[in-house]
Amino acid sequence: MATIEVDGTSYEVDGDRNLLDACLGLGLDLPYFCWHPTLGSVGSCRQCAVRVYANAEDTRGRLVMSCMTPVTDGQRLSIRDPESQAFRDKSIEVTMANHPHDCPVCEEGGECHLQDMTIMSRHTERRYRGLKKTYTNQYLGPCISHEMNRCIACYRCVRFYNDYAGGKDLAVLASKENVYFGRHEDGCLESGFSGNLVEVCPTGVFTDKTLSRSYNRKWDLQSAPSICSSCSLGCNISPGERQGRIKRIVNRYHHDINGYFICDRGRFGYDYTNADQRIQHCSIRQSADVTEEAPDYRDAINAIAVELAGAATGGNLIAIGSDRLSVEANFALQTLVDEDNFYSGMDPVQHQLLQSVLGIYRRPGIHAPTLREIESADAVLILGEDLVNSAPRMALSVRQATRNLSFELARKSQIPLWQDTSVRNLAQDRRSPLMILSVAGTDLDAIASLRLSAAADDIARLGFAVARCLSDRAPAVPNLSPDLESTAAGIADCLLRAKNPVIISGTSCNTPSVVESAAQVAMALSLAKSNGQIRPSWLSYVLPAANSLGLAMLQEGNDDNHLERAMQRVLANPGQCTALILQNDLYARAEPSRVDAFFGNLKSCIVLDQQPNRTTDRANILVPTQTDFETEGTLVNNEGRAQRYFEVFATDNPSLRDNWKTIANMAKAWVNPGTGQGLPESLLALARCENFDDLIALLKNRGGLFGHWDRAAPNAAFRIAGLKIPRMPHRYSGRTSLRANIRVAEAKQPEDRDSPLGFTMEGAPINIPGALTPGFWSPGWNSGESLNKFQDEINGHLKGGDPGLRLLQSPAATDMSAATSSDWFSVPAATPTAANGRLLAVSLPRLFDGEVLSALSPALAQRAELPQLEIHPETAAAVGLVEGHIATIRLESCQLKLPLRFNPRVASGLVAVPADVKTAGILPPVLLPAAVTIE
Amino acid sequence: MTELIASTANLPAAGEIEPLTPEERAEIEHEISHYPNRQAATIEALKIVQKYQRWVSDGKVKAIAEVLDISPDAVDAVATFYNRIYRQPVGQKVLAICDSVSCWLLGCTELMDHASRSLDIEPGETSSDGRFTLLPTPCLGACDRAPVMKFEDKLITNLTAETLDWILKS
Ligand code: SF4
Ligand code: SF4
Ligand code: FES
Ligand code: FES
Repeated sequence: MATIEVDGTSYEVDGDRNLLDACLGLGLDLPYFCWHPTLGSVGSCRQCAVRVYANAEDTRGRLVMSCMTPVTDGQRLSIRDPESQAFRDKSIEVTMANHPHDCPVCEEGGECHLQDMTIMSRHTERRYRGLKKTYTNQYLGPCISHEMNRCIACYRCVRFYNDYAGGKDLAVLASKENVYFGRHEDGCLESGFSGNLVEVCPTGVFTDKTLSRSYNRKWDLQSAPSICSSCSLGCNISPGERQGRIKRIVNRYHHDINGYFICDRGRFGYDYTNADQRIQHCSIRQSADVTEEAPDYRDAINAIAVELAGAATGGNLIAIGSDRLSVEANFALQTLVDEDNFYSGMDPVQHQLLQSVLGIYRRPGIHAPTLREIESADAVLILGEDLVNSAPRMALSVRQATRNLSFELARKSQIPLWQDTSVRNLAQDRRSPLMILSVAGTDLDAIASLRLSAAADDIARLGFAVARCLSDRAPAVPNLSPDLESTAAGIADCLLRAKNPVIISGTSCNTPSVVESAAQVAMALSLAKSNGQIRPSWLSYVLPAANSLGLAMLQEGNDDNHLERAMQRVLANPGQCTALILQNDLYARAEPSRVDAFFGNLKSCIVLDQQPNRTTDRANILVPTQTDFETEGTLVNNEGRAQRYFEVFATDNPSLRDNWKTIANMAKAWVNPGTGQGLPESLLALARCENFDDLIALLKNRGGLFGHWDRAAPNAAFRIAGLKIPRMPHRYSGRTSLRANIRVAEAKQPEDRDSPLGFTMEGAPINIPGALTPGFWSPGWNSGESLNKFQDEINGHLKGGDPGLRLLQSPAATDMSAATSSDWFSVPAATPTAANGRLLAVSLPRLFDGEVLSALSPALAQRAELPQLEIHPETAAAVGLVEGHIATIRLESCQLKLPLRFNPRVASGLVAVPADVKTAGILPPVLLPAAVTIE
Repeated sequence: MTELIASTANLPAAGEIEPLTPEERAEIEHEISHYPNRQAATIEALKIVQKYQRWVSDGKVKAIAEVLDISPDAVDAVATFYNRIYRQPVGQKVLAICDSVSCWLLGCTELMDHASRSLDIEPGETSSDGRFTLLPTPCLGACDRAPVMKFEDKLITNLTAETLDWILKS
């Protein structure tokens, strides 16, 4: 710590920071452009000048760039002295000489850091009357617009895109006053993190093209705290809505998870919620070809209740949940039909994988790290995940982790870590070790110290061998080649030498041994590193969906209630069962002909879903569901953190109710007509749930992992000084006239009985808990940079607390030496080399079109690569296939035709099948890995 | 049973790559061998291509990127940084008149105007007969003999309108 005096007031600040960072952290206003909390300082914009004094006697001082000046103890400085103010004013004036004067037509207007800083610098008058430079803009793809005239040459974009996110196709072109930030030619920005440019650029050069289609200012967008449901990481997001449509998504800072950045799937994948094809009404279908619209929601629910009651009496009621929907919706469904009749909707392998992950996370010696922790790791071992595609934001964290070596070198050379250019120059290409074992190579391979492609079981065997090297109490791996033996020893050595090693694996390979081998390494590492005191190893699993772990928790210890069991039950009782399916297209979950048989043998099928798909086609009664932007719920991310998301806006469609509420309404209708006798108490309790907190209370009653469920976020009764928290910005315009075309009188604002947020502009402006903060905005700070004002220090925790509740605390120090042989997993056999023209097909996750809902967004769909089968050239030669050939893969009743592409990173003997949603509809990834014929 | 055959994406077609000639490739590979990583040879590669082609086209930028194993954007960032790497075709001879401070004090503005008028082009353009390209350039390090012009690979010091006329007529 150091003491500094700013304009006569003394403050305690962190001595490792620069003056700008320290001042902003204190809540002081000081303008800047090129500095960024995580990108560090380069001193290029000259906007952050302050006066520092040499000592107590010095009255003249000198101007310095605060972002380039380290804090020193006893330092005296002034932000307010006239000369530094004048400097900042003139600096802006020069910057503005070439900047257009047309904020009203600029899409950054109203949330522009340049506007804010201009006003903060008190630059009010332009003297330059000459011509301004103009540039040609580029086409950068469907997500990002480009308006180079607005550039102030702060270099933030390239520093983020290339240096931080590893992008290759954005460059600083030309020099001096011609400098141009763009691509070598028009074309889509390739990086999966390109959307962050919208927030990183302090002006309107890079803006959100998806917002642009039907544009609104920040002040006209209604927002609520939300959680991305496009992968298992649970990045915090702030969606903006106007007139019933989600217009855009911006990052919502979470210290432990997404920090300042999210991926493009999370940012641009929201359009499914606006899709015309969405299911809007209930419908009841008596037979295959007669569709009867049931406009009244009540009628549909009553009809369902009759079905449910009938089926339940005969013991023929089953329900299938969804790993993408909230814990509460799944819990309500589970309660409705009773635990024994509730099935996860996952195939057996995935279901058991998740149970196994949950079990492993709860073992002693294991800690599920946050992304922030992963970022601090000084050695990373990845087993079987292609993070950029399966857990994008984690890939960004791993990329930063490889920079820890450069920070260590900088510390040794006494270079402050925020001196970005110096630190990068010092390290050059040197990085902390990143070891990647994958089936077909990954986007992070380029910065990996070790990369190896192998079939899943072989990856696992190598993992087990690493564990064995770490602890000879772990079982040995038979028949490992000397080469692999020494690779394993190298990995083990690297993990041992690291201070904070992290092991990353997941469910993408759909292979239990991979998940187990990662756990084995982590356990062996804990043993090897423990000297009396156990330090849990960091082990992170990437999971299939946003709430995979939450669903697994609802079924903890139940290895059986998966989709296959549900199917078996139906097939064993043909024509008897009624199934209630919660937003889960079963055709992507099992072999399609088996799904056909399942539906064919149902008595009645009730489906709740938001988008039409092959499962909704089979419904006798169909009820629309809300998207995550329209309802509230809790998702449990891959580290076991329960995070609440809130309704962004109230839909006015009477058939669209909260998903949990629709299920509770079914309970109500079932119980009401005097049929309550003899029904289980849990069902009666569900029927009594009037609002979200009632349901939370029921869930909390389950105890265990759910025992503190109410702590994930404040409940609906929470108030600040008696006030709710507004979803609308204080300057929201046109509220009184938005619906004047329908009715002149102002519509009453919808009430929200389920949360402490209001659909209004009025309410508590400050001291909002982190979990309830819809977005960031502060007086004088209209852009996202206002986040400064919400953090306890720059890059720190939200003053209102980090959102969410960690459910899995590693058990208190347990004696690891107590680990018995039964705690170790057993080693799988090596993958046999493919014979007689058969290859092992594996599934590859896909960033832009690999997740069911986000893939419906046109902006993402357009960015997706063409689906192709990938194969090693030698493997192809062995089975006589040539590149570009349209190959056919057969597996059970599935037949997939795709062009073949050579990729030398695919492990030999394998053919990699893209897991884009279209391909998945033909060959569900859960059927892989499997031996297939290919021709 | 549904089948899926990929359709083509509807993104704007990117420009074609313009392959390196065998000489260009050989010389670039030779340069690369002097450096610890291929990327370090970017400037040399650009100079080599320019030596043969007199300028560096978009297609050649891509070809250079390919042999250096970096993105075309990274190559273009270097190519456009240096104003003597030409990213547009130039005339048979390039006149580069220094416009930095010493030359400015000694009248380079008038000389530039003179050249401009004589050739009937603006600085940055090529004469209609394709013989000359006129460019401004930063300080050439010969301030003591200002005004200065680089004419192809020759340095012309104490430049005058007469010298210019003589060059343009020759
Ligand atoms: S485009 Fe934006 S981020 Fe990039 S240099 Fe210009 S102003 Fe800065
Ligand atoms: S898809 Fe995953 S990584 Fe991307 S924003 Fe959503 S949660 Fe974050
Ligand atoms: S913020 Fe300090 S120079 Fe740009
Ligand atoms: S200013 Fe022209 S040569 Fe130096």
